[in-house]
Parts: sequence; structure tokens; C-alpha cells
Amino acid sequence: MSTATEHNTSTEHADGHAEEHHGASDKQYIVIALILAALTAIEVSTYYVDFGPLFMPTLFVLMTVKFIVVASYFMHLKFDNKLFSYLFYTGLILAVTVYAGALSTFKFFLQKG
Amino acid sequence: MADTAISHGHDAGHGAHVTSTGLSNNKMAMWMFLGSECLLFGGLISTYMLYKGRVNSGPQPDQIFDIPFTSVSSFVLLMSSLTMVLAVSAAQRKDDRNTNLWLTITALLGAMFVGGQVYEFTAFYREGLGFTTSLFGSSFYTLTGFHGVHVSVGIIMLMALVGMISRNRIPGNKAEAVEMVGLYWHFVDVVWIVIFTLVYLIPA
Repeated sequence: MSTATEHNTSTEHADGHAEEHHGASDKQYIVIALILAALTAIEVSTYYVDFGPLFMPTLFVLMTVKFIVVASYFMHLKFDNKLFSYLFYTGLILAVTVYAGALSTFKFFLQKG
Repeated sequence: MADTAISHGHDAGHGAHVTSTGLSNNKMAMWMFLGSECLLFGGLISTYMLYKGRVNSGPQPDQIFDIPFTSVSSFVLLMSSLTMVLAVSAAQRKDDRNTNLWLTITALLGAMFVGGQVYEFTAFYREGLGFTTSLFGSSFYTLTGFHGVHVSVGIIMLMALVGMISRNRIPGNKAEAVEMVGLYWHFVDVVWIVIFTLVYLIPA
């Protein structure tokens, strides 16, 4: 009985909030897209302009910032339940760790060989 | 448990079954799928990083890449993420007309990207880079080809969604269905953000 009451409450609550708009406004999405376009333009400029020792760090920082902005705002991770962020970033961090480790191993063996 | 359900109840969406977490199972499954996709693309990108310098025959990466062309393709895919999020926003407002409009524009931008990739592959093949020409060629075509297939599947999902919304054949929460396809589409975009930098902009 108690369980049924709990479920009803949550259903009503879920329905009541279902119509709510979550996330940023359309104008904010357009501003975010313009920022992403500007970051892409800076990325492409590294092909034409010599950034010297800043070449690789610039590209990596821009790539990371673009990735996080799209995931946070366009994919709504910033506004959604944190569990979704954990699920996604766990997969991502696992992938980066495993493959960075694997590539380092190849580098190690190639240098030794 | 009641507290959890109430505090997160809004994530379950209209017409959704009550779950122990109060979160939509569909959305949870989609995020788990996307997390696992990180491992798939991580493997493909790592393989490319390992083999991009292994060119015994055929052209080198820096001899063959057309950065201005790929930059335009990247920009098109990035803008498709904007139109996709506008479609999700319209769906949350229950504005079917604008939802379908933005979904169709997203599919068209996706088709432009895939068309650009087909053109790029054809140009590379004519310049002597076949799938088995070198380890660079094999890993490059496998990585970008897998991504292209993901974009193509996304286009099919978008067009199917447009058809289903037009015929009012989406059971349950329509906005959530649009959001699910949106999550997949944005993921395809973030993967390309990584590929564009690591494959095209950083020379071998």
C-alpha cells in the first residue's frame, strides 16, 4: 500500500514536470553554437599560422573545450541528473585510460626493440 | 526511495513507467550505450594513431588531406548539432511543426556531411590511397568510415522520427523520443570533434 502511494506520488510528480522545458533557451543555444564555430575557426587557423610550441596544447585545449561544451549544453548533461554524467564520463575516462596505456606500451616496446 | 523518486521524478517524463531511480530507463540506456561507444571509437582512434605513420606505399596523410574542405564539413556537422538541439527544444514546447522542421534541417546537414565524406574518399582513392594500400589507409578508412556509418544511421533515425511525428505514431513521451535521437546525434558530433583534431589537424 505504502509502495503504491509512493509510486502514485512520483508518477504525478513526473507528469507534472514533463511539460517543463529543461536546458538553455534557443538564443543561448545559438550563442553557444557561435562560440563553437569561433573555436573551430581557431583550430583551423593552426593549419595556416605557425603556433610554434603552442600548436599541440592549443589543439588539445580547443578539442577538450568543444567536447565539454557540446556534452554539457547540447546534450543537457549540465542540466540533467548527475547519474547520466557519471555513465558517460566513466565510459570516456575508461576509454582514454585504456587506450593511452595501450599506446604507451607500444611506444615502450618499439623503443626497446 | 520515495524521496529519490520525487526528487528526480521529472526525468522520467510524461507517460513513463515509474522506475526505482525516478529516471527514464530509455535515457539511462542511451547514456550507457554512448559510454560504451566511447570505447569503440577510442579503439579505432588509437589504432589510427598507432598506424598513421606506417606508409610503405601510397600517399602520406599530409600529402592527401584537404583541410579547407574537411573544415567546412566539420562546420556543417557542428551546425547540425545546433539544429538538433533546437528540435529538442521545440519538442519540449510541443511544437510539432518546428520540431519536424529542425529535424529535417539536421538530416539535410548530416547528408551534406556524408556526401562530403563520400567525395573525400573518392578523391583519396583516385590519388592512390586504397583500403589496403598501407596501414595508414586501412586505419583511416575504418575510423572515418565507422563514423560515417554512425552519421548515416542518425539520418535514418531523424527521418523516421519526422515521419512518426507527422503521423502522430510516437507512443509515450514525444519530447523524450526526440531527445534520445538528439543524444545520439550530438555524440556523433563530439566524436567528430576529436577525429578532426587528432586525424586531420595533427600531422603524422
